Amino acid sequence: MTVHNPYLVGAPLADTKAPAGPIENRWTTRKFEARLVNPANKRKKTIIVVGTGLAGGSAAATLGEQGYRVIQFCFQDSPRRAHSIAAQGGINAAKNYRNDGDSVYRLFYDTVKGGDYRARESNVHRLAEISTQIIDQCVAQGVPFAREYGGLLDNRSFGGTQVSRTFYARGQTGQQLLLGAYQALMRQVGAGTVELHARHEMLDLIMVDGVARGVVVRDLVTGAIGSHTADAVVLATGGYANVYFLSTNAMGSNVTAAWRAHRHGAYFGNPCFTQIHPTCIPPSGDHQSKLTLMSESLRNDGRVWVPERAGDDRPPGDIPEHERDYFLERRYPAFGNLVPRDIASRAAKNVCDEGRGVGPGGLGVYLDFAEAMTRLGPDVVKAKYANLFTMYERITGENPYRVPMRIYPAVHYTMGGLWVDYDLQSTVPGLFVIGEANFSDHGANRLGASALMQGLADGYFVLPTTIGDYLARTSAGEVPATAIEEAENRVTATIDRLLSIRGDRTVDSFHRRLGHLMWEYCGMERTAEGLRKAAELVPALRAEFWSRVDVPGSGTDLNQSLERAGRVADFLELAELMVIDALHRAESAGGHFRAESQTADGEAERDDENFAYVAAWEWNGPDRPPILHPEALEFEYAHPSTRSYK
Amino acid sequence: MKFTLRIWRQRGPRDRGRLVDYPIEISPDASFLEMLDVLNERLAGAGDEPIAFDHDCREGICGMCSLVIDGTPHGPEQATTTCQLHMRKFADGRTITVEPWRAKAFPVVKDLVVDRSAFDRIIRAGGYITAPTGTAPEAHSIPVPKPDADLAFQAAECIGCGACVAACPNGSAMLFTAAKATHLGLLPQGAPERYSRAVGMIAAHDELGFGGCTNTGECTAACPKEIPQDVIGRLNKDLLRAARHHDPGA
Ligand SMILES: Cc1cc2nc3c(=O)[nH]c(=O)nc-3n(C[C@H](O)[C@H](O)[C@H](O)COP(=O)(O)OP(=O)(O)OC[C@H]3O[C@@H](n4cnc5c(N)ncnc54)[C@H](O)[C@@H]3O)c2cc1C
Ligand code: SF4
Ligand code: FES
Repeated sequence: MTVHNPYLVGAPLADTKAPAGPIENRWTTRKFEARLVNPANKRKKTIIVVGTGLAGGSAAATLGEQGYRVIQFCFQDSPRRAHSIAAQGGINAAKNYRNDGDSVYRLFYDTVKGGDYRARESNVHRLAEISTQIIDQCVAQGVPFAREYGGLLDNRSFGGTQVSRTFYARGQTGQQLLLGAYQALMRQVGAGTVELHARHEMLDLIMVDGVARGVVVRDLVTGAIGSHTADAVVLATGGYANVYFLSTNAMGSNVTAAWRAHRHGAYFGNPCFTQIHPTCIPPSGDHQSKLTLMSESLRNDGRVWVPERAGDDRPPGDIPEHERDYFLERRYPAFGNLVPRDIASRAAKNVCDEGRGVGPGGLGVYLDFAEAMTRLGPDVVKAKYANLFTMYERITGENPYRVPMRIYPAVHYTMGGLWVDYDLQSTVPGLFVIGEANFSDHGANRLGASALMQGLADGYFVLPTTIGDYLARTSAGEVPATAIEEAENRVTATIDRLLSIRGDRTVDSFHRRLGHLMWEYCGMERTAEGLRKAAELVPALRAEFWSRVDVPGSGTDLNQSLERAGRVADFLELAELMVIDALHRAESAGGHFRAESQTADGEAERDDENFAYVAAWEWNGPDRPPILHPEALEFEYAHPSTRSYK
Repeated sequence: MKFTLRIWRQRGPRDRGRLVDYPIEISPDASFLEMLDVLNERLAGAGDEPIAFDHDCREGICGMCSLVIDGTPHGPEQATTTCQLHMRKFADGRTITVEPWRAKAFPVVKDLVVDRSAFDRIIRAGGYITAPTGTAPEAHSIPVPKPDADLAFQAAECIGCGACVAACPNGSAMLFTAAKATHLGLLPQGAPERYSRAVGMIAAHDELGFGGCTNTGECTAACPKEIPQDVIGRLNKDLLRAARHHDPGA
């Protein structure tokens, strides 16, 4: 592949599944128009759900309740351990319980704007509509959201919004929401509608005439390769932020399921759109395996600052007020410390680049609770944030009640993912993609508390309607044995190849190197020059991987090196596509800051003229340029304006 | 810092297993699992099989990590999961013994990895509120007194790690089971199924080979989420009342 012509352009994509008409009626219309599967026929329809996070767990529980036969997989030992469990801050819903002017329309509007006008209006409006039902559903399941003394639900505000619409369960919202979905799921397992396979990894799709008809999985304990066929397949396999090696994601999060589907024709949407989270604990050394997020809700009361003077290495307590720079409050007076994530992250990086960063290597800014302790008193601060403070102290050995926390941006979430239409179906018929694994709804920048909302909206409400329509319209025949055999052979061949290289470098050494390249050249700030360099370095690293990696052990038992090797192999291919996508998008949008595209005062400059589209990429074989299919975005309701938080 | 790690190696469920010593040098800022990563990198670099251990979130919330460190599940630090334990908490130069969870209901899979699927079976037997999707009433129609909500929350914080079982001389999972019964039983939404839930989960608990509770309190001491012992009292009360409910003479 030459760097001069890194991609081809194909036919544009149109997403036609959203009904026309006023935006507030579209989802209702689609629900009404969706064909229904006769209850007696539901048990004859099999649906495979890969993933048990908020998206997959809620989908499988609901489909099971509806009477379908569901087969589900996750690679952890229990569905309750899916990465969703780690979400801290909260989940948005347009309940307007605070009577502060919130509404479905405002949540819709904020989300489109927050995504920097790179998301579909119809999808986002549906998300905002469903948000209120999600809270009802979760409360009915016993999710212990925070409550007021009157017994009603409490709310807080979250980065990037001026209303209090975030529901939370201390700093453990994801955990409690996931346990709700998990319990509903286990009820279905008990009822026999869902057949659950934990410690199983999906490694390929079974395809019949271009339609997804099943999956090949590896039993991670015995190494056995097995196949399952179905009428439709749902991927709910989460995000790929671990392509950066260091991220806030759980160690197992990976792109394998999505990537292998991509190789069968599922387009990959906006792969370069990754979100950097501003409030993570800075790295402390080479042993570092992941970065820990400190909930963004901390910015409700913590004030962000650095010393005014570069190289000031006095302890924070010795730096007087007038020698501190509260840079977010100074630059963005309307939002202050609550600006959206991309703005806060970049501002922090800028002050560190100026030499004003604090802590090891100057990679950190202070998040200070001193003022809150005086204003609210230590008890209130403790009641609000105790578990986060304990977590911080455990990791850094510093007590944040006494000294300000140090935070630094880290890779957190991937807005890119498999392209799906309004029905959440990919470009492979019969293959649906939900939750973080798809590209939809968040545009170029995800606002806080919106991923949980999307995962549950997809799983509890959207997919169960739209997949029914698909199943009612298609009658899948037998899956020919040859299709299964082909898929299994592909899987075994890859495993055998990985085990037979017996090179001289470990899997992790490749992953670390890849992560470093991606952060350096395709991270928070990107330049055409850096991306061109990465477009050469990443394929070279991939070639080296396939000749020098050493995967110890065998394929016939629990082999964690082998699991990681397969995932890193896919990350290496994905990384190339991310770089190409980032290179082609010569504009700054949301979390993706292209240095050549900025305003005079250093803010991101979007280019609606040339880039108001979703970039959906078609796989064209290894070492061949991928094909770009743009899906034009239209804004009838939320009119693109310059995002300003000043 | 320098340590000698004495680690349990076991090829598979039928292998007898043995302790093997590994010297290691590591930064005090590394977590316990990062230390094992560094050791595994070294083993893999030398063509040896790395040590298998379970982990995922590394943030103390998924419940996947599970090591018995110097005889204590999750190690010496109170209210801390293995992944959140940092090496600065250990004295330099020590020998540290690392073993898998030991309990009849949690068979060893390989090295430090055990099978905890029995926990899913307990939940499956009633650890939920029957609330099918789309049938929920408006959330504010069910107010919950804050004290109840707070107590329910405390119990709901259980991460399902199984340290309580590993710490218990009887291999009992009463703390785990009672935490779920308490979380759901305290809420108005969970009240209708309160007694059948307790009975169902306990029946599964006993069937799966977990031992009985003799109130030794080791479970609470080992629990990284400090689930209080009195949840067990609540479950026992529910069981007693359930027996009366079902007794036609009562
Ligand atoms: C630390 C942290 C805090 C966060 N806080 C918030 C927050 O406060 N609010 C918010 O809205 N969002 C938050 N997020 C984002 C949010 O948690 C995630 O985007 C969301 O939970 C993803 O859910 P999911 O169901 O799509 O995927 P996941 O929860 O990642 O689930 C993926 C599932 O797929 C399975 N899987 C993956 N690949 C395979 C395979 N090949 N074979 C078999 N199974 C497979 C896994 O086993 C797992 O069950 C946070 C994220 C992080 C990292
Ligand atoms: S009760 Fe505590 S020790 Fe037992 S599984 Fe739950 S969190 Fe782990
Ligand atoms: S790895 Fe998730 S709790 Fe330790």
